[in-house]
Amino acid sequence: MTYDVVIGLEVHAQLTTRTKMFCGCPTTFGAAPNTQTCPVCQGMPGTLPVINRRAIEYGVRTALAFHCRINEACRFARKHYYYPDMPKNFQITQYEEPLAEDGWLEVDLPGGATRRIGIQRLHLEEDVGKLVHEGTLETAQASLVDYNRAGVPLMETVSRPDIRSPEEAAAYLRAFRAVLVSLGVCDGNMEEGSLRCDANVSLKPAGARELGTKVEIKNMNSFRNVQRALEFEVRRQAEALDRGERVVQETRLWDADRGYTRSMRSKEFAHDYRYFPEPDLVPLALDRRWVEDIRGALPELPRARRQRFVSAYELPEYDAGILTQSRALAEYYEAAVREFAQPKIVSNWVMSELLRELPGDDERAIAEAPITPARLAGLLRLVDDGTISGKIAKAVFEEMFRTGEEAAVIVRREGLTQVADVGVLEGMVDAAIAGNPRAVEDFRRGKTAAAKALVGQVMKASGGKANPAMVTRLVEQKLTRS
Amino acid sequence: MDLQRPIHELTAAYRRGETTPSAVTEAYLARIEKLDGRIGAYITVTAEEARATAAAADRRYRDGTPLGPLDGVPLSIKDVFCTRGVRTTCGSRILERFVPPYDATLVARLAAAGAVMLGKGNLDEFAMGSSTEHSAFHVTRNPWDLSRVPGGSSGGPAAAVAGGLAAGGFGTDTGGSIRQPAAFCGVVGLKPTYGRISRYGLVAFASSLDHPGPFGRDVTDAALLLAAAAGHDPLDATSIDAPVPDYTADLPRGVRGLRLGVPDEYFIAGMDPEVERAVRAAIEVLKGLGAGVERVSLPATPYALATYYVIAPAEASSNLARYDGVKYGLRVDGRDLVDMESRTRAVGFGAEVKRRVMLGTYVLSAGYHDAYYGKAQKVRTLVRRDFDAAFGRVDLVVAPTTPNVAFVHGEKEDPVAMYLNDVFTIPADMAGVPAVSVPCGFTAAGLPIGLQLIGRTLDEATVLRAAYAYEQATDWHRRRPELA
Amino acid sequence: MISREEVEHVARLARLALTAEELERMRAQLNAILVHIDALRAVDTEGVEPTSHAVPVVNVMREDEPRACFPRDAMLANAPDRSGEFFRVPRIIED
Repeated sequence: MTYDVVIGLEVHAQLTTRTKMFCGCPTTFGAAPNTQTCPVCQGMPGTLPVINRRAIEYGVRTALAFHCRINEACRFARKHYYYPDMPKNFQITQYEEPLAEDGWLEVDLPGGATRRIGIQRLHLEEDVGKLVHEGTLETAQASLVDYNRAGVPLMETVSRPDIRSPEEAAAYLRAFRAVLVSLGVCDGNMEEGSLRCDANVSLKPAGARELGTKVEIKNMNSFRNVQRALEFEVRRQAEALDRGERVVQETRLWDADRGYTRSMRSKEFAHDYRYFPEPDLVPLALDRRWVEDIRGALPELPRARRQRFVSAYELPEYDAGILTQSRALAEYYEAAVREFAQPKIVSNWVMSELLRELPGDDERAIAEAPITPARLAGLLRLVDDGTISGKIAKAVFEEMFRTGEEAAVIVRREGLTQVADVGVLEGMVDAAIAGNPRAVEDFRRGKTAAAKALVGQVMKASGGKANPAMVTRLVEQKLTRS
Repeated sequence: MDLQRPIHELTAAYRRGETTPSAVTEAYLARIEKLDGRIGAYITVTAEEARATAAAADRRYRDGTPLGPLDGVPLSIKDVFCTRGVRTTCGSRILERFVPPYDATLVARLAAAGAVMLGKGNLDEFAMGSSTEHSAFHVTRNPWDLSRVPGGSSGGPAAAVAGGLAAGGFGTDTGGSIRQPAAFCGVVGLKPTYGRISRYGLVAFASSLDHPGPFGRDVTDAALLLAAAAGHDPLDATSIDAPVPDYTADLPRGVRGLRLGVPDEYFIAGMDPEVERAVRAAIEVLKGLGAGVERVSLPATPYALATYYVIAPAEASSNLARYDGVKYGLRVDGRDLVDMESRTRAVGFGAEVKRRVMLGTYVLSAGYHDAYYGKAQKVRTLVRRDFDAAFGRVDLVVAPTTPNVAFVHGEKEDPVAMYLNDVFTIPADMAGVPAVSVPCGFTAAGLPIGLQLIGRTLDEATVLRAAYAYEQATDWHRRRPELA
Repeated sequence: MISREEVEHVARLARLALTAEELERMRAQLNAILVHIDALRAVDTEGVEPTSHAVPVVNVMREDEPRACFPRDAMLANAPDRSGEFFRVPRIIED
């Protein structure tokens, strides 16, 4: 039987604010345990939360980028459950009155199609601390608690169940991450837990209207794992349905090492979160002017930028996609084009040479690349004016990357300037013809490729410095003349 | 040494060099040593810290540079305000050994004003109660009659001020916990506007209802203490960002021209006739001083108590969830985490706290949330509207603080009977408006009676002004209990 | 009326280990209080907005400026059980 797959994703993103959601402790990742806390984020008796304005701003910025409706009145609520990584045994989050609702994200699918995935809601909350088990969770006799992460701002974004395949889910997540990173609100690092994803998956007979039973999947900590986990889960549910079984509504954990999802033990009794408005915080009535200021300052988003690269620089879709994978790379490219106005050539060099050395999605690495856009342009100008050959330029590029020097300095020091003196080149071509009677013979018998071999000989003899166009012309002249 | 004089007279004596903060502090510490075994006003006495603070104040008076009207004044602080390095128990086993690493904003402000903290005052556990019988450590007794309760939950500071074991004090009022013990102990107790005094460092009972406020021997003292504690605090998002007036400046202006409203709903069947008589007499005094008096109606009053017993336990069940034996406080070992937490809370909390945590959890739980919590929040709106409407016609509402006077220890074992004590104090907490209790007489048995004045939001000045006019026209506030 | 089962459920939610006797007393006392609270049902609140804060204030926020953290030892000083740099809790059995 064939089924329609219905997937919705909940993504938790840590915001890159300097301080926590409700206190002034820094949010730096990887500090020694329990060194980034204070009475507020450790939930000591008597302490009170105060909202971080920048966290709200980042939430609004993201909501606007997702075309959401910003709720003019929103507030925080307490969500109650006991867990030792949560200092107050309630989490300050948003419930009935979230920051924003009803938006969408346009996702490009492999193969070129585009899907618009609905965003149901976006809200802010505080993160919990970290538990370290002495052994595994199942066998540990005790667990250790580190509250450094407790209180770090989290933004939860819930998609509508518009996603139709595991592949689409991965594409959604990639597009989502790209937007957050380009907005500067999240570093997007899934390994460090800056971006965490849960999924709701259900299957229904192809074409059926009624939704199937949904299963929640947790613990997918990379793009690859999201796709693998969902592929497994879709298969598992399809097989169960094929056997005539019912899918149980439950939460399942993805086990990346073993490659399957497993049921979390069913709850002794259902959660009862007992939400009520956080009395220690007052409601937010977001100033419309502030929201408009944030809208006005939104940076260009990856998708719009990609379209602009195609139209403004006449680049192929493929190039535009690669060059806009991060804000830093797009900015690098545009800075280089400003200095050397041949967009396709710059694109080729960035894609083949720069990205060989650096990951294009690493904002920082690109921004701090040892070859600046201006220096890359300098190198390309030397090729363009014939000072060096393209082949030499690649070697110069590597040297520039290693030393951080300008192209011209390296070319001068290493004596790499192209030989374009006809007299010198003629001597070299004559020597090559004299040394390869067989090639000359072949050419005369109609094997024109033999000329290329001779050109190669000359280039090699010159250490790559001979002007290839002139050598080709000279070889052809001499072979046809003699 | 006269340990029963008001703060404004004490500091005048300091300025004249007749006595010193150290001498007065020593005398209070000696009296606590002598009498507190019987009264039980303190959980922790901070003698060493008090001596050091007093000595610093001595030097300032000697140099003619006192910090202000509270410099060198010995106070009792209810043991719900966090004090850095001094254990803060909330009257609970679960926090018996909890030593905060930080000071409450109120504590820091008093320290900056030069006040001397004598110790941490006793209370009903987590401020839940009306008798100070529900402290995990010991009861507090009423200095006017040791067989009777001082009221609560701030019974410790109230009894200390009444019994001459402190010159002034600070408590908290969530359903009446300042005004009711003030009435029972014959002192002035002020609950300011919600947000007027920071809650930062006040261990929460019911966050939307908790009001810190002062106890004084007279209205002037209450005004001085309020002025030192009030003001915006960036650490408390619910604190009000409005200037703090000089609350003593307007005190002598009198009540001529003020309109007072007497609510029908505050004179109910079953209230102590002696209380009603004293309060009606007090209203006549105010009338005689030139105030206009009219009847007003606060029709939601009969529902305020029920509303309170939904909202306060709901918030308390949430605020007290953090006491789980993980980060601080008591831990009772168990088989596993849940067992440890459940035992810790069962052993660490007293019966009244457990009752309210259960009640609060229940009214917030799925299926009951809207019927109880949702409904209570709406009725709370009606209580607020009552005051809004009344204050459209009158400047102050005048009423009894409590329907009865101090009762005998153990008399009110039934929780609901105990809750009924707060029926006249709860509405002002629900609406967040300022209210004061001032002594307005004694029963034939010699027990104090309190008159309550309720004012508009942030209009503490008018509340205090009318209380002062009444006080100056009477001499109830000069009476002190006999304590051998 | 709150049943014995509901009292047990609420005690679990509230993480309170109550004895059979305490559960029974709690049931009776909660019922007595709930009878009083049920008076609220009679109040007409049609169209009435809920009040969650006594004094209406909005938009209180702080700037994103770091403040000094507290030293680890100060934060661990009250821990009933600790292990080196961590708070320590007994084994967790998912409920």
